[in-house]
Amino acid sequence: MRIAVIGGGIVGSLIARELTRYTADVLLFEKEPDIGWGVTKANSAIVHGGFHETPGTKRASFCVEGNMLYEGLSRELDVPFKRIGAYVVALSDDELPTLQELYEQGLQNGVPGLEMHDRETVLAREPHLNPSVIAGLWSPSVGITEPWSLAIAAVENATHNGLDLHVAEGVTSISVVDAHVKQVITEKSAYEVDAVVNAAGLFSDRVAEMVGLSEPILFPRRGEYALLDKKIGRVVSSVIFPTPDALSKGILVVPTIDGGILLGPTAEDLSAGKKEATETTRVGVHQAIEGARRLVPDLDLSLVAKTFAGLRPETPDKQFVVGRTSITGFLQAAGMRSPGLTAAPAVARYLVHDVMKQDLGLNKKGNFDPIRQGIRSVLDLMGENADALIEKDPRYGQVICQCNQVTEGEIVEAIHRGARTLDGVKFRTRAGFGRCQGGFCTDKILMILARELDLSPSSITLRGGESDLLDGVVRR
Amino acid sequence: MDKKIICVSCPIGCEITTDIENGVVARVSGNRCPRGEAYAKQEAIDPMRVLPTSVRVVGGELPLVSVKTNRPVPKRLISDIMSYIRTLSVDAPVKIGQVLAENLPGTNANLIATREVEQRVGPLGR
Amino acid sequence: MIDTKTDVLVIGGGAAGMAAAAAASNAGAQTLLLERDNEVGGVLNQCIHTGFGLHRYHEELAGPEFGHRLLAELAATEAEVVSGCSVLNIDPEKRIIEGISKTGRVRIATRALVWASGARERPYGSLMAPGPRPAGIYTAGLAQRFVNIHGFLPGRRAVILGSGDIGLIMARRLYLEGMDVAAVVELQPVPGGLMRNVVQCLEDFDIPLLLSHSIVEVEGRERLAGVTIARVDESRRPIPGAEQHFAVDTLILSIGLIPENELILPFTSIDPVNRGPRVNSLMQTDVPWLFAAGNNIAVFDLVDSVAAVGEIAGRSAALHAQRKLRHGHSARLVRGESVSHLVPTSLVGGEGPTKIYLRASRAMRQATLRIGGAVSGDITSRKLPVVRPSEMIEVRISQEELARLTREKEVRIEVIES
Ligand SMILES: Cc1cc2nc3c(=O)[nH]c(=O)nc-3n(C[C@H](O)[C@H](O)[C@H](O)COP(=O)(O)OP(=O)(O)OC[C@H]3O[C@@H](n4cnc5c(N)ncnc54)[C@H](O)[C@@H]3O)c2cc1C
Ligand SMILES: Cc1cc2nc3c(=O)[nH]c(=O)nc-3n(C[C@H](O)[C@H](O)[C@H](O)COP(=O)(O)OP(=O)(O)OC[C@H]3O[C@@H](n4cnc5c(N)ncnc54)[C@H](O)[C@@H]3O)c2cc1C
Ligand code: SF4
Repeated sequence: MRIAVIGGGIVGSLIARELTRYTADVLLFEKEPDIGWGVTKANSAIVHGGFHETPGTKRASFCVEGNMLYEGLSRELDVPFKRIGAYVVALSDDELPTLQELYEQGLQNGVPGLEMHDRETVLAREPHLNPSVIAGLWSPSVGITEPWSLAIAAVENATHNGLDLHVAEGVTSISVVDAHVKQVITEKSAYEVDAVVNAAGLFSDRVAEMVGLSEPILFPRRGEYALLDKKIGRVVSSVIFPTPDALSKGILVVPTIDGGILLGPTAEDLSAGKKEATETTRVGVHQAIEGARRLVPDLDLSLVAKTFAGLRPETPDKQFVVGRTSITGFLQAAGMRSPGLTAAPAVARYLVHDVMKQDLGLNKKGNFDPIRQGIRSVLDLMGENADALIEKDPRYGQVICQCNQVTEGEIVEAIHRGARTLDGVKFRTRAGFGRCQGGFCTDKILMILARELDLSPSSITLRGGESDLLDGVVRR
Repeated sequence: MDKKIICVSCPIGCEITTDIENGVVARVSGNRCPRGEAYAKQEAIDPMRVLPTSVRVVGGELPLVSVKTNRPVPKRLISDIMSYIRTLSVDAPVKIGQVLAENLPGTNANLIATREVEQRVGPLGR
Repeated sequence: MIDTKTDVLVIGGGAAGMAAAAAASNAGAQTLLLERDNEVGGVLNQCIHTGFGLHRYHEELAGPEFGHRLLAELAATEAEVVSGCSVLNIDPEKRIIEGISKTGRVRIATRALVWASGARERPYGSLMAPGPRPAGIYTAGLAQRFVNIHGFLPGRRAVILGSGDIGLIMARRLYLEGMDVAAVVELQPVPGGLMRNVVQCLEDFDIPLLLSHSIVEVEGRERLAGVTIARVDESRRPIPGAEQHFAVDTLILSIGLIPENELILPFTSIDPVNRGPRVNSLMQTDVPWLFAAGNNIAVFDLVDSVAAVGEIAGRSAALHAQRKLRHGHSARLVRGESVSHLVPTSLVGGEGPTKIYLRASRAMRQATLRIGGAVSGDITSRKLPVVRPSEMIEVRISQEELARLTREKEVRIEVIES
């Protein structure tokens, strides 16, 4: 039994991990040089409660169930997750009915712990909110995570359990014989398969076309953000949503796992072909900031560390496309728009245990090991253990990224776990993610990458492809 | 012929006018002090610069050693001197002040190291 | 693991830290300096150009040469230097400093601390420039390390954003190493760096300097492919139709330095203009055992001033550790007209002459610097021939002048156009 998963985003990664619980050969193809660089890299990183979703939809049940799975995943895969709760705030009386609807919708969806709070309670908990707030819907089950870390962790764990990982290897076509999938053809080779899972995110429409399907229909919806450095402190302690409008959940103020604050996202529909339009715009960033200021008026904008944009894979009916197709052996977890991150663990479970297990007759392995350990940071072990670690490997005593206090040992470990680029190191260790944005450490990380990979420094890239960092030498 | 020169000998930055007749500076005006006059005269005829750059090091902890000319060299020769410096290399260790080349092309200036470079240790060292 | 005690601990081994450690040791205090890099010198090591030390050594030295001299002065003292050691935490109650090095954890209890961590470069992200994020965008200091330390060029053709000294110096360096420097772009109507660097780094090589210009767009998905520059109006907004396009693969940013104070922020008060800790003329912060020196107080132009301030901090810290630091009368130094950066932010008498470092907030042809207080009026004034925000002004206040301030709570300093 051979199964190919296409796409190493949060969805494909978790599906691949679920599949390695069974006795099958599992392959994961990712066109980028690393895991989690698609939609999974640039989003709000919220594990949603589920009160935004229309009751009775798959989206609603996947979202609520996915949320519940996060604790366990975080524990098994050693990935940060904090259930910090969220407020949806009403700033005027005409927003109150919508707030009430959300509350009732949440109850129907089975969202735990929802409460309506009056102005005083809201302001007591979140004193920096716009003082004209009149009420808030409190949802304690909302959490935050680091999406790309979860995807990387899931793939590391899956690899440990036998996954055959192929990064920088895009799938170019799929051969179908008698309405059965036969072969996956990539940029590098061809593979005989019994089943294929399309988890290609924004590109899942193109992968579907490879087998002649017209679903999902996708268009990108851009969301732009400004990120404030952690120096800003605890301006808010939970996720702050405005009362939503018809198009999106609105522009939010979101604490990030490492202490920063995210402002955004905007919602701008782009034409279907613009799948790589992750550039920011003046208007978009301005909107993100102004939108956030409506919720939290006093934000020190001199602390903007960077701006970025993500693309949501939107479907016309807003639904996920999950499950079997008319082609035997071709399954989809596609069109995973928001809250796809939240839903991903539930979608992976459903697809593998409720669909593929039966269809393919999969058998559980006896020796599946669900545990993955993250890269150890000396700072987390500042006790006696740090000395032992440094004694064993002195590189753990050499700080490379001062801002986020990342040592050479951690960077080397990240490279051994698959980082091939500067971004690869950055997303695994946070080196270069701090207030200096790599001003101090980019050269050092690049030299370490070259040394560990036994490559010339000139061939190290920012994020693969043509993103070379250096060109030419001095005096050689 | 008039030539305007901004004096860089001190932070005031006087705008000095030099009047060049037959290749010599006949008059200087606009300077506030004699240093400016001397600077402008040289600058008008043949500007001189100290050249800081680097030289290749063989077997060192670093691939390069920083260097400078021990006296100003004519600006017009800088590109020739750079071409010459590109051909140089020095074995580690390098001492600060070490002369790496004497009488750079067309000048009586030497090239001296402005830092130390230790020998590289380990399997690739020598 | 290192677990020890000292009189004076210096964090950071740049010019400021080295000068401070030498001075502290010379004042008789047991002194330890911690530097995170494997060699001391800080930013001097990468500044291979000449222009350092005219005041201190009456010679034009290259950065590493200046560092070498300071290190020799330091080596002649009893101070101990530990490099390759990053300080990660300061406990202000217990006065314990924690860090790590290749030999394990480091834990030092100290009587006085000199904070000399330097400055970091303002990153591209802070510009909030719209567009993609391709490879090929570097801060000037980073590019400088690639070229001068590692021996690699960042690309083939560059635009440099910002005409501060670092940007100008890098323009020449890249040009001489064979890169094509298309332009240096400056938002302000005047250059950010010294005239001398404008002449010797740009004019010498016909590198265009575009004043009152800003970057409006960058292109390139993977590697930078081009930048669009536009002229700006008085309120620094790009003027539509005044764009210029450069096909470049490299963008170098020299858009400012930010004093690095993360570890002391939680317990020290910061001057919002300097962006560094408030210090008195003994370089003592408002936390009595904490002293500061160098670019983390405010960004200085000259390493000579940094070293001078370092010496004061080191000596004061030693005296504090020995319980001998005398505080005479103290007066807050406040900014009057046209003063931006100002070091120190208060004056204490009794310790001999004092230097004040300041920047004017705007350019003036002829100006008068006035220092005085409500009670005694002007106690001193100086004529300044030219004043530019890019050039720090250094004034020496004599002991006699200081003595006249003993009745003041607040001393005003101002720069007035004449
Ligand atoms: C602005 C924004 C905000 C969001 N906020 C939230 C939120 O707060 N909470 C939440 O739950 N959800 C949120 N989402 C949604 C969530 O981010 C997505 O649902 C989720 O990341 C989708 O994951 P994925 O694995 O499907 O897609 P991706 O991460 O895009 O993964 C697909 C992968 O497939 C690869 N691929 C594509 N084609 C091929 C091919 N031919 N061969 C091989 N590999 C291929 C791609 O390179 C990519 O890595 C947000 C989305 C956006 C854009
Ligand atoms: C490109 C450039 C060109 C210049 N040109 C000139 C010139 O021509 N003439 C001139 O006079 N001046 C010039 N200067 C200015 C002068 O070099 C600097 O002002 C001076 O060197 C700063 O010294 P410093 O000690 O304050 O900071 P730095 O040199 O930055 O030193 C700070 C040190 O602290 C260390 N450190 C920081 N945090 C920690 C920690 N937590 N633990 C341990 N160690 C830590 C750092 O590693 C660093 O070594 C230039 C500066 C630059 C950047
Ligand atoms: S002429 Fe004299 S005063 Fe004028 S800039 Fe030159 S050195 Fe300074």
